[in-house]
Amino acid sequence: MSDIKKLDGKVPAGDIQDKWDNHRFNMKLVNPSNKRKYHVIVVGTGLAGASAAATLSELGYQVSTFCIQDSPRRAHSIAAQGGVNAAKNYPNDGDSVWRLFYDTVKGGDYRSREANVYRLAQVSNNIIDQCAAQGVPFAREYGGTLSNRSFGGAQVSRTFYARGQTGQQLLLGAYSAMMKEVGKGKVKSYTRREMVELVIVNGKARGIITRNVVTGEYEKFSADAVLLCTGGYGNTYFLSSNAMASNGSAAWKAYKKGAMFANPCYTQIHPTCIPQHGDFQSKLTLMSESLRNDGRVWVPKAKADKRAALDIPEEERDYYLEEKYPSFGNLVPRDVAARNAKQQSDLGKGVGSTGVAVYLDFADAIKRDGIESIRAKYGNLFEMYQRITDENPYEVPMRIFPAVHYTMGGLWVDYNLMTTVPGCFALGEANFSDHGANRLGASALMQGLADGYFVIPFTLGNYLAGEDLINQKVDTSAKEFDEALTESEARFTKLLGINGNKSVDSFHRELGVVMWDNVGMARTEESLKTAISKIKDIRADFWKNVKVTGTADGINIELEKANRVADFLELGELMARDALERKESCGGHFRDEYQTEDNEARRVDDEFCHVAAWEFTSVDKEPIRNIEELSFENVALSQRSYK
Amino acid sequence: MSSENLMTLNLKIWRQKNNKEKGEIVDYTIDGISPDASFLEMLDILNEKLIKEGSDPVAYDHDCREGICGMCSLMINGQAHGPEAETTTCQLHMRKYKDGDTIVIEPFRARAFPVLKDLMIDRQAFDDIIAAGGFVNVNTGNPQDANAILVPKENAELAMDAASCIGCAACVASCKNASAMLFVSAKVSQLALLPQGQVEADERVKNMVLKMDELGFGNCTNEAECEASCPKGISISNIARLNRDFLKAAVTSND
Ligand SMILES: Cc1cc2nc3c(=O)[nH]c(=O)nc-3n(C[C@H](O)[C@H](O)[C@H](O)COP(=O)(O)OP(=O)(O)OC[C@H]3O[C@@H](n4cnc5c(N)ncnc54)[C@H](O)[C@@H]3O)c2cc1C
Ligand code: FES
Repeated sequence: MSDIKKLDGKVPAGDIQDKWDNHRFNMKLVNPSNKRKYHVIVVGTGLAGASAAATLSELGYQVSTFCIQDSPRRAHSIAAQGGVNAAKNYPNDGDSVWRLFYDTVKGGDYRSREANVYRLAQVSNNIIDQCAAQGVPFAREYGGTLSNRSFGGAQVSRTFYARGQTGQQLLLGAYSAMMKEVGKGKVKSYTRREMVELVIVNGKARGIITRNVVTGEYEKFSADAVLLCTGGYGNTYFLSSNAMASNGSAAWKAYKKGAMFANPCYTQIHPTCIPQHGDFQSKLTLMSESLRNDGRVWVPKAKADKRAALDIPEEERDYYLEEKYPSFGNLVPRDVAARNAKQQSDLGKGVGSTGVAVYLDFADAIKRDGIESIRAKYGNLFEMYQRITDENPYEVPMRIFPAVHYTMGGLWVDYNLMTTVPGCFALGEANFSDHGANRLGASALMQGLADGYFVIPFTLGNYLAGEDLINQKVDTSAKEFDEALTESEARFTKLLGINGNKSVDSFHRELGVVMWDNVGMARTEESLKTAISKIKDIRADFWKNVKVTGTADGINIELEKANRVADFLELGELMARDALERKESCGGHFRDEYQTEDNEARRVDDEFCHVAAWEFTSVDKEPIRNIEELSFENVALSQRSYK
Repeated sequence: MSSENLMTLNLKIWRQKNNKEKGEIVDYTIDGISPDASFLEMLDILNEKLIKEGSDPVAYDHDCREGICGMCSLMINGQAHGPEAETTTCQLHMRKYKDGDTIVIEPFRARAFPVLKDLMIDRQAFDDIIAAGGFVNVNTGNPQDANAILVPKENAELAMDAASCIGCAACVASCKNASAMLFVSAKVSQLALLPQGQVEADERVKNMVLKMDELGFGNCTNEAECEASCPKGISISNIARLNRDFLKAAVTSND
């Protein structure tokens, strides 16, 4: 126990309202004429990366960006549908910075760092102003002002949106801001480049090794700081709503080089996804949770009732959310809705051919508001549903089931967004910082852009000036770069050389099933121990029997996937281990052993009001669980209740 | 659900080792395909089979599989993104096909988009066009309150229609001249319809069109194939708007 470190989140002193302002004043500045002497590497061009790259370049830094896709514009952020929160209070319905802060801390089930959340709420309004100035086509009212909607069960309308394509439009805004700097020659954009190693020189992050996925070449890049904006690791479960290339590898490389990994077990399972339809399924599609504003969730009262939905009379239907949570009904938070769907399906009351789904029914809303009104609100979602399932949701209820969607855990960062490796920062979904144990709808886009546009531009300067890096230039001739390159190359060569008999995907699917069954919506000590041992077995099998076709040079998609799956096979184990050690239920982490009498999550604040920050030792040795204590000075700890 | 009607299909797929070697169509037969599978899942199944046989799987681009990232492409029986209107390849499902069908699958082809391998192409040219002017020149800082810029709802909607472009390049691949006019005009229109984009409107349209020409895209001769193939239903009225703006910019230009 004595090895446990207590991490310092470096939260500035003062009242919560003043912390960020004071800190901004106290931070060191880089002289304008010196900025161009610094080179910053930004890995990832989603909302977090693109906004950081654009802003840092505008300030005068030299920036290089890296992404896996063929264009920075295609990062996974593009898929976000619902919207982005801000405390503008345009509808005059009682919102404020304080309320957004409060809701986010409570929504996160009191497992986030108060000061970070407050700062997030504070800069949320600047985000909307900035995006509007860029020409992001937000939805508007007839008077020309911006529209808002209520989202994810919030009791105020604070969500800004651009049809069902908010992530796309915000990303295109950040991308075009970044491309304007590319056009000026100040940002260098490297596409189809995968970071395969972080390079550390004299204890500081000084560069990366990438693999050019078109040529197969390894390349060295040096810098004064490295920003990891590489997204979340939901694809550990194989099936998720994340894009196919979303992965945990960049964060994992940093972890293995000393960056601690915080709260890996906090996973968000989104309640409204289209259920799995076959073994060949490659990913799951999210149906925006705005549907729960009008859809009613139900299952048959009787078990294994195989009748078609329309043949089940009203009195034989169980509207279990409305019954159990009379005041929030179908609008309970994501984790609650998801867990209840699973319970129903476990009870044998699931619907559809697989029995692993519940109904989301619009019949009453259509009767009440008319089909046209429902079409106007959800037309594109209904079309998407029909395209995928071949069923018409205007006529029969949708079938939905929860799916992995977002990871609240990630690289541990201090208030300045710096990991435990000096000079290595983490932004966006890649860090753990603002959402605690559960993220509220429309808050990930907000956080990614807050980190990139409004936080890192200040805190990075403070680091660069404070460390006097201008006098410690490092270039790629340093031996550490060659060592890291040799190491990465060896790993890929090894993967190619195994030449076993099972495909990369088959291992990924196998891992996914273990994760979903044992580290999913309801976890127990036993399931988690099972997961750890099974994952170890799959990992051993992988390194013996995986078959990676093709060669080291040129495009080799199997090889790219193998590298990522190898990391998921380690990351999955850490997720299970973290879940095992967190002997409480909170937000997205639900342990069967820790529930209240009405089956709600029971936190154990005395023992677990902290962040778990895992420190790597070696692949086959147990990692060290360090902690950062959390204190709640502004929002009193209480039991969440949505009854 | 029709999971009983599994299909056998004849696939004719373009295989090309890299951007230097010549490619060719290779025949494959695949069976057991569920009508509920997506088109890309069908290719996944083929690849799984090829891997088992020890052959090189077919390389194709994809990411979100939700019709929004613009990464997927493919000419399917000569149509960009296949037969379904306003649908990307990743959202196309096998229930569009019947048992025994032959499907020809080729990459998007255009001079500006070299084939990298099999069905993967290089669309860097689109990024270059955006870098030439597809933005509002505003730095991060303290812009005015968002509601200080009023935008009539109708313009906001039209701007959003144009902004829906996913940059997939189906328009270029379907055009006999390989013109990028629909792509360029969508961005030009989005910004021209909003007050934020006015200041630089002339410069923007000139720079983007210049870049487009320089990169080897062809001229628009009003064939409207681009609109027909666009998975997001971007209208060719955007091209008309671009042409007007371009003319105006050229007339008022003093260089
Ligand atoms: C279907 C869906 C809908 C959503 N809807 C909403 C919503 O309505 N509101 C909301 O607030 N949030 C929503 N979210 C969550 C939100 O979209 C994401 O959390 C957020 O966009 C993540 O942004 P990011 O910048 O951190 O990372 P990403 O956008 O995931 O970007 C990651 C980047 O890193 C790059 N990368 C990764 N690894 C490497 C590597 N090794 N080398 C080089 N590059 C690498 C990728 O190429 C990419 O550019 C949704 C998520 C999903 C899945
Ligand atoms: S894979 Fe993203 S649009 Fe098809």
